Amino acid sequence: MPVRPSRRLRSLRKVLLGVTGLVGFLLVWQLIPALGLISPEYLPYVTDVAVRLVDELRDLAFWRRLGLTMTAWAIGLTVATLAAVVLGTIVGLVPFLRRATHTTVEFLRPIPSVALIPLAVLMFGIQMQSALVIIVFAAFWQVFVQVIYGVADVDAVARDTARSFGLTRRERLSHLVLPTALPYLMTGLRLAAAVALILAITAEMVIGNLGLGRMIELSRSAGDAVGMYALVVVTGVLGLLVNLVFRLIERRSLGWHQSVRGEEVS
Amino acid sequence: MTTHTRPIALGPRGRLAWRRIVSSLLHALGLPFLLLGAWGLWSTFSANRFFPSPLTILGALADTWIGPAFVEDVLPSLYRLAIGIIVSTAVGIAAGTVIGLFRWLRELLEPLLEFFRAIPPPVLIPIGMLLLGITDTMKVVVIVSGAIWPILLNTIEGVRATDSVMTETATSFQITWWERLWFLVLPAASPRIMAGVRQGLSVALILMVISEMFGSSSGLGYRIAYFQRNYLIAEMWSGILLLGLVGIFLATVFGLVERRVLRWYHGIREVERA
Repeated sequence: MPVRPSRRLRSLRKVLLGVTGLVGFLLVWQLIPALGLISPEYLPYVTDVAVRLVDELRDLAFWRRLGLTMTAWAIGLTVATLAAVVLGTIVGLVPFLRRATHTTVEFLRPIPSVALIPLAVLMFGIQMQSALVIIVFAAFWQVFVQVIYGVADVDAVARDTARSFGLTRRERLSHLVLPTALPYLMTGLRLAAAVALILAITAEMVIGNLGLGRMIELSRSAGDAVGMYALVVVTGVLGLLVNLVFRLIERRSLGWHQSVRGEEVS
Repeated sequence: MTTHTRPIALGPRGRLAWRRIVSSLLHALGLPFLLLGAWGLWSTFSANRFFPSPLTILGALADTWIGPAFVEDVLPSLYRLAIGIIVSTAVGIAAGTVIGLFRWLRELLEPLLEFFRAIPPPVLIPIGMLLLGITDTMKVVVIVSGAIWPILLNTIEGVRATDSVMTETATSFQITWWERLWFLVLPAASPRIMAGVRQGLSVALILMVISEMFGSSSGLGYRIAYFQRNYLIAEMWSGILLLGLVGIFLATVFGLVERRVLRWYHGIREVERA
């Protein structure tokens, strides 16, 4: 076996390989229309898409649409998280409630939230509220289920100890339940953030409220393939950013935790 | 078994068992019935016609979907969904295993795959429509290209994280490559793979619905959108209910498969927890 390369060398190799992969992909993308495998009408050149991307980034209208999408995302995520934390904590702490709500939760959770799009449109029309219904419904379950698991996961010995030391309900909540449930909550939050973004853009595509999703759909129906691919790339970058930020928050808030055990639950 | 071998001693214990069954039934069905009852009462007294009573919806469910609509709309949807799930699972696991086994391949592709995973799957539908037109192939391709990423990435992660002691043991016992793959790597990765498949399933269902809501003339998603546009409220609700049932069916089947595949794993976890 050869001598192990140092850690820095290894991470350099990793970055280099990763960049090679990306460049290779872009090259293949450029070659497919160039060789005529797919007409540029359907799969435009990478270079054209990149130019359009830069144009969009300089356009105020683009940023406004992006702002609308992210507003719906943020409101939906906040509402869903708050509701899920409150309800999840109550249900998780009371065994009776946990048993009584089990079937209802297991029935409602698998319903694909996009199935509610027609209902939301009937109720609110082509507005952000319709999108919010769907975002909240989808994001809520991600957090809710994790909070219930987390709250119920309190170590039995620790709980009995706290009780015998006469900790009040509030003290037990902040010193015992919260630290136990936090890793679960963070996992739920990260999943919910990703799901909320997916549904914010989906809702705009299907319902037609203003935002990035609607722009994608409009450029498709207008036959503007270059613009469509540019926007798809934008949504991908958004997804990456959301993932990255929430992973960071997760790591930050769990710095004290010996293991990031929430990772396994996802 | 015990009920047959000890009929006499069963008296009090039998009653206790009965009571337990009744209580768990009450727990399981109490809240759903309470909610449905409240909904029914509310819908009869309120003038809001967007929320018909549960009985109306149930009636619409039977009237709308039993008959030709089942063959024309439901079966094609489920067929596309099934093909999409099977293909994305098979390709995801196969490709994920290969990528996970070779480190250079993993490092080469990882940033790219992470980016593809981050793209919200429904934006693939406009691309699919552009490249393939509004066809069944497009819908299946869209389902696969959305559902495959969580399966692929989780498989890579699972294969990569195979216990090094076990790998070295397998090497020193000179177990062949195929045996190692089949008896060590895949079982070790299976908890992660199953977590990926679970995520993939819900993405696949979403994509099935949305791809039909866009340009399409059949399928569950199309029907529901059609009912909504024509203000057929009860029918629309019945469609939502049917989609919910499909979701629950998927979750149940997945739960059964997962329990079967991960029996050993849950066993170990139980022991560790006790």
